[in-house]
Amino acid sequence: MQNAEKNRPPERRSLLAALGVDNQLLTLLLALVVVWIGFQIWSGGIFLSPRNLWTLTAQTAVVGIMVGGMVLVIVARQIDLGVGSVLGFTAMIMALLQAPPPIGAGLNWILAVLIGIAVGVLIGAFNGYLSAFWGVPAFVVTLAGMLVFRNGTFSVSSFTIGPLDETFQILGGGINGSIGATWTWIIGLAIIAFVVWQTLTGRVRRQRNEFSVRPVWAEALVLGVTTVLILAFVIVMNSYNVPGTGVDNIPAVASGMPVPTLIALAVLGYLNWMTRATRFGRYIFAIGGNPEAANLAGINVKRMMVYIFMLMGFLTAIAGAVQAARLNSATPTLGRDLELTVIAGAVIGGTVLSGGSGTILGAALGALLMSSLENGLGLVGVRTEQQKIYLGIVLLLAVLWNSISNRRKGGR
Amino acid sequence: MTTPIIEMNNISLRFGGNQALDDVSVNLRPGEVVGLLGHNGAGKSTLIKVLSGAYQADSGSIKIAGQEVEIRSPQDSQRHGVETIYQTLALADNLDAVANVFLGREKVNGIVLSEDEMEIEARKVLDRLRVKIPSLRVPVQNMSGGQRQTVAIARAVYFKAKVLIMDEPTAALGPEETAKVSELIAALKAEGVGIFLISHDLHDVFDLADRCTVMKNGKVVGTVNTKDVNHDQVLGMIIGGVMPNVPNAT
Repeated sequence: MQNAEKNRPPERRSLLAALGVDNQLLTLLLALVVVWIGFQIWSGGIFLSPRNLWTLTAQTAVVGIMVGGMVLVIVARQIDLGVGSVLGFTAMIMALLQAPPPIGAGLNWILAVLIGIAVGVLIGAFNGYLSAFWGVPAFVVTLAGMLVFRNGTFSVSSFTIGPLDETFQILGGGINGSIGATWTWIIGLAIIAFVVWQTLTGRVRRQRNEFSVRPVWAEALVLGVTTVLILAFVIVMNSYNVPGTGVDNIPAVASGMPVPTLIALAVLGYLNWMTRATRFGRYIFAIGGNPEAANLAGINVKRMMVYIFMLMGFLTAIAGAVQAARLNSATPTLGRDLELTVIAGAVIGGTVLSGGSGTILGAALGALLMSSLENGLGLVGVRTEQQKIYLGIVLLLAVLWNSISNRRKGGR
Repeated sequence: MTTPIIEMNNISLRFGGNQALDDVSVNLRPGEVVGLLGHNGAGKSTLIKVLSGAYQADSGSIKIAGQEVEIRSPQDSQRHGVETIYQTLALADNLDAVANVFLGREKVNGIVLSEDEMEIEARKVLDRLRVKIPSLRVPVQNMSGGQRQTVAIARAVYFKAKVLIMDEPTAALGPEETAKVSELIAALKAEGVGIFLISHDLHDVFDLADRCTVMKNGKVVGTVNTKDVNHDQVLGMIIGGVMPNVPNAT
């Protein structure tokens, strides 16, 4: 067989190539390490404390839930500028529906959340329909949505709606909003077992089919690093005690992973799988690479666009629920400027704005980097308005670096 | 003589005030290469798009293997075993060779893509085409023009094309790669695939085609056996629309 890879002459592989880890991803990890160490020093040792890291993961959740959807939107050569406003709008609906009368409708919180999600999905479907079937650029449709739904939120209620249902608040990671030490361990170990199993079975399968495999040491190194990172995450989450415990003779109760973080991890894990292993994911990338070719291959590009925006709307509404639950209220300004953080996370994570290229894992790290900057700058006392200046600069640098490295690769 | 695998009879198509195709009839037999020649705007691409399902004719009929068919979309055309390799190749440049070969027709196990199975199958078909592609798992944008062309051909061949439409297959290739594509066409012909070859390059057509159909201003000037004519006579047909004094080979 001419195309059997094992017949290729052995070539010199660089260390990175042997590891099979994306260059861009590695740079991002490095940037994250630098930022974390920088803030650790600048904040006098507070940044990397269990308490702050726990808060950081909970803070990252809202952007983390949305960023994967944004990657898919951008990969398909679209953009969604409305997510911040739609988040505020859906959160307000969910809050009003569940808040007790006379302020709200006093509905069951699950019903309220479901209705909010339905609204988010409908808004997404509308965005996708207008841009795919009527040729209105998504940029314009969602810019209009940004204005309409922000001010729609103000029209529905110009003041803060709260407090909200106590069970609902669990979604935000507040009181009782963490899953505890045992479950954190169970989930952490399950993820490790899954990763190891995937690697081993994948390797056996590839060898059986005579495909090339990574060298054993490289496989072991990647697995080892992954395992250590997951264990470290579990230990840090369990080192933070539930507030009010562990002092004054009250026994310490480990907090464990916050529920919003769990939701974000589940969403990102699912999207990561979907983009790699399903037709739906494959078609999103095909559309981004060459919409005409996708069409000729029988892919219903227009309908796919509607689905992609619906997915974005769905994720935005879930993020809205988490954000409202976190604050135990919905405010008319909830989610303002968030579209920029989400887009920035995706772009910093290596998503190419002209479409066709991007990863969920990269975007997840991008989101973590953005919220690390926000958290760290807040910690060292930079005012909120000034934080946005730094975030804007970081976004600009990321896009610049992105386009430079793409030019070097010979891409767009 | 064998039944033509494709018969397009009296095809007409108007775009606004422009008669793009005017009562055009062509046919193609299994294992035969028919060159379609003509200036830009002569109507050859339009004709081919009618067959591949991108356009629908105003009047006329299409028979495939003797059966009258209706072709309303690229999928209809593919269902009847007609595969088109567009001049642009219609590849998703960001995806790898395996993904491109199977695009739109992926093998799945439940809802999960059967990547390994597709890679093995893609390899087999590329081996059959006797083309070497070092790795099937790099984006096709990193491949040479000839390799990309091969991926596009592999896509058509894998799905058992009975008829192949090739639009300017060698326009973007160097001499070596052109030779490779010529070999491929000869191999497919030997397997009984009928091929419509659209080309500007008379040398290509003379080397590969059994017959030539020349078009001008949306009409067929004539169809001739390649061995009956020389370059000048064909040029006369293309430029002047004059049928040389040789038997019509419809």
